Amino acid sequence: MLHIKCPHCGIRSQNEFSYGGDATVKRPELGKEISDQDWDNFVYNRKSLRGKHWELWQHLSGCRQWIKVQRDTATHEIFKTLKANEEIS
Amino acid sequence: MTQSFRLESGGFINRDKKISFKFNGKNYYGYEGDTLASALIANGVHLIGRSFKYHRPRGFFGAGVDEPYAIVQLYRNGETEPNIKATEQELFEGLEAKSVNCWPSVNFDVGAINNFLKIFLPAGFYYKTFMWPKSFWYKIYEPFIRRAAGLGTASIKHDKERYEHKYEYCDVLITGSGPSGLASAYSAAKNGAKVILAEDKSRFGGTLLTSEVNIGNQSGKEWADSIISELKEMPNVTVKNRSQVFGYYDHNMLVMSERISDHLPKTKKFHPKQRLWYIRAKEVLISSGSIERPIVFGNNDTPGVMLSSAAKEYMKVYGVLVGKKPLVFTNNDSGYETAIEFKKNGIDPIILDTRKEPQSEIIEEAKNMNINIKNSYVVVAAQGYKKVKSADVAKISDNKEELGSIENIACDCICVSGFWTPTIHLASQSGNKTKFNEDIDAFVPGISKQNEKTLGAANGIYTLEETLKDSFEKGNLLSKKITNNENKISFPNVVEKKSTVHDKFWCVPLPKGKNYKRFLDFQNDVAVSDIEIALKEGYRSIEHVKRYTTLGMATDQGKTSNLNGLQLVSKIENKVVPAVGHTTFRPPYSPVSIGAIVGREVGKHSKPTRKSPMHSWHKKNNAVFVDAGVWLRPRYYKRGEENLFEASKREARNVRTNVGVCDVTTLGKIDIKGPDAAELLNRVYTNAWLKLPVGKARYGVMLREDGIVMDDGTTTRISENHYHMTTTTAQAANVLSHLEYYLQLVWPELNVNVVSTTEQWAGAAIAGPKSREVLKKLFPKSDVSNEGLPFMGYMEADLFGVKAKIYRISFSGELAYEVNVESDNGYFMWEKIIEAGEEFGIQPYGTEALSTLRIEMGHVAGSELDGRTIPYDNSLEGLLSKKKDFIGKRSLSRKAFAAEDRQKIVGVVPLDKKTSIPEGSHLVKDSNAPLPNPKLGYISASCWSVEHDNPFSLAILKDGKNMIGEKLFVMSPLKNKVIPVEIVSSHYVDPKGERVRS
Repeated sequence: MLHIKCPHCGIRSQNEFSYGGDATVKRPELGKEISDQDWDNFVYNRKSLRGKHWELWQHLSGCRQWIKVQRDTATHEIFKTLKANEEIS
Repeated sequence: MTQSFRLESGGFINRDKKISFKFNGKNYYGYEGDTLASALIANGVHLIGRSFKYHRPRGFFGAGVDEPYAIVQLYRNGETEPNIKATEQELFEGLEAKSVNCWPSVNFDVGAINNFLKIFLPAGFYYKTFMWPKSFWYKIYEPFIRRAAGLGTASIKHDKERYEHKYEYCDVLITGSGPSGLASAYSAAKNGAKVILAEDKSRFGGTLLTSEVNIGNQSGKEWADSIISELKEMPNVTVKNRSQVFGYYDHNMLVMSERISDHLPKTKKFHPKQRLWYIRAKEVLISSGSIERPIVFGNNDTPGVMLSSAAKEYMKVYGVLVGKKPLVFTNNDSGYETAIEFKKNGIDPIILDTRKEPQSEIIEEAKNMNINIKNSYVVVAAQGYKKVKSADVAKISDNKEELGSIENIACDCICVSGFWTPTIHLASQSGNKTKFNEDIDAFVPGISKQNEKTLGAANGIYTLEETLKDSFEKGNLLSKKITNNENKISFPNVVEKKSTVHDKFWCVPLPKGKNYKRFLDFQNDVAVSDIEIALKEGYRSIEHVKRYTTLGMATDQGKTSNLNGLQLVSKIENKVVPAVGHTTFRPPYSPVSIGAIVGREVGKHSKPTRKSPMHSWHKKNNAVFVDAGVWLRPRYYKRGEENLFEASKREARNVRTNVGVCDVTTLGKIDIKGPDAAELLNRVYTNAWLKLPVGKARYGVMLREDGIVMDDGTTTRISENHYHMTTTTAQAANVLSHLEYYLQLVWPELNVNVVSTTEQWAGAAIAGPKSREVLKKLFPKSDVSNEGLPFMGYMEADLFGVKAKIYRISFSGELAYEVNVESDNGYFMWEKIIEAGEEFGIQPYGTEALSTLRIEMGHVAGSELDGRTIPYDNSLEGLLSKKKDFIGKRSLSRKAFAAEDRQKIVGVVPLDKKTSIPEGSHLVKDSNAPLPNPKLGYISASCWSVEHDNPFSLAILKDGKNMIGEKLFVMSPLKNKVIPVEIVSSHYVDPKGERVRS
């Protein structure tokens, strides 16, 4: 079970969180024209990387905040966590 | 029976307390502090079971967790449990155990015929033989194999015992209470660290209990006892025996199973049987010691052949002799310690040492005691069937390949020592890259991945002094880092006998003309010849060899066999052992009961049960409940002898003709506040929300980004910047997360807050043509007329002094209102509604009637919004705004979603107007078409239409738009039904929607 540092609450067990997918995907702006390809990339296409990966988690049974977590998908090492409004560097 | 193998004195058992027990129906007794194994050996019982494949007789091989043989079926307090190691099971009064894997009895076992057929049962036998013909597998081969093989029988009764889970945090977790565990725990504890010390066995001390050493002028055991009693007094230390740390998981979380009651005849009241600990440790010190490994020789599985350390443990801990004419077969000094212990107890052992001229303090002592030592000697084969009677021995050449002439020595046990294998399971599970240590011919932990360090024998350190020094230091250093506190401990004076190097010899060659089975894996009957076959057949990876031959599998996971298996593979392949590598160590280290893993989350306790504030009223009024997610909802209210069908029809009909009331508390409710609340709704819902006036509700549908409908519900504008959203019961939590996602990550500029208020409001839907009359009585001061409270209107009102909110919305399709009050007033509200409605014939209705009402209205619910349908499919396309963008809108223009013959919701009526249509059935054009019959659609929901008094279903049908009036067939192969049907509009009742506005 992972130990995730919620930037709001501190270190908590994985079972308080739910996984939310790739954190680097940006939702296209509302009302803007977008090609089928770009839309598909936003909705469906993911890389499933091995190694360092920025992903979203929600602290569901805690502060309910969505957070960004940099995790190694192979080793589960967590390098960094950010609040929702902090930019991935 | 007398305990003829019990020593007059000695051991750490309580000789004042006799304990009687039963094995295979026979009565025996042992003493408090015995294991089942030690008590049986004391009684001279060595035949415990039959082996897995050949059904060869099985005795005892070890004295603890490494035991491959002595697996029994245990009976305790009216329950039974399989796969219990007799070497681990502590004796309790009335214990009953039986042999497994033998029929009809352990002494006469029919399956032993396999032993004589063994030439036909080589590695991969099952894979090769039982493959063809394929149809034989389920009916003939599998049942046969399952009956012939297997280790015990699982109980099929509900387990009445209680198992608990516990979460714990500590600075330092120490796994094992041998010398390294005690020393490191002591120094860490003295530095003020929060320490957990876990010991698998009932007694603390590990090898200190059996070794002839002296620490600080105390015996090993005395020293261990004094350290343990001091640790137990310290508030920062938790000391647990009978507790095995069996798994090392991510981020330094370890799991430990504590056997609280397994050693007692019966679990004490309010006590659990076992407790599973989830321990998050800052640092982990692995002090799991080492396990002696056998030397491989002919018939080395005969009862009476056992590890020399086990023989010593039975003498020193339990005061039990494993034999009276022992042969000790060793390649290192450990065998001498066992021989010396025999000698001290008046038994004359013979030592066969594979080494030519070894010299050390221990060997010197054995010589001084006049123990018969034969150097450069090996056991070629054990003789005897159910128990060792003698051993064929021979001199072995210096290159260890040639055997001299065979001599036969009478003996009743052969104690084997092939040196020691560090227990590196936990370290390996943590991700540690293990490395091979040439000096000890075994793997030891290498570079750590997590915060773990391995101490003492588990790390390949086999001298006490070095172990203690290293462990005191590691405990001190690691804890100092955490507590910033150092309490130096003076190192005690250690006296131990020096030993010399071991011989790398591990497998006795076969004598000419003999074809003895030489076993590597005792639990799975894997012999040297099996590995040879596997390699000959082309298996190379050790992981494949394991799976093909079953080497190292099952309950002991090869604790005594893995390394010898690797040695053999490396020898045949002409590789060094590290190049072969070891198989992956996975949790659990040793079997853990399913009960402990499940804990308290059994049956109804696996999820919370949520009840509405009106639950007790429903119960009093004969409600039959149904699980709706985690909620308990009334399915129907039983009157007299009614069944579900009759009751739900009555309730639904009463709503259509008079008035009914339904508990809708379970609906998800989300409070939305902020200046940008309308904008949020406008983006989340598919229809327009910016112009909804205060005091009005609107129905909305929300999509996922992929265009699939996520949920629907009504949202009401309570005041300028305040909205009350309702969701379906099932999706309540997901919708909240969905809103939070967009507010926090996608559109943080929106000034809105959302919070779940599902449990804050109790809700009652009052539905039916007479519902307004009921409302008038409930709220005499409010104007609830069609003008005062029109369809989709909202008002706040006073319910006999209680604040209430009235929403004029309808799921049933009738004139209807949903009244909400604060949860605490829910019961009061409900009683008032029933009271006020009495003169109008009000009846409560449950989810079954609710479904009937919505189905015949063509209102969609969870069975249509099933994660596969878009708005069009549900005839909700009218709610898609063309003027604005919303979540998922772009996906709807994708080709398949815009297809002309796209699936759409329709109504389905059986032609005979009688036959009920099973939900989930398929719609086909031709019921006689060859399989696979093309499926046109599926039945999503079925009911008995109370309006038309015939069955009616909703279906999602391909090109549904153009199918109205078509005749199709409903097919349900599961129910073996073919029903001719007509496709009709999904709005089967009041298609113009006049009633809700009346």
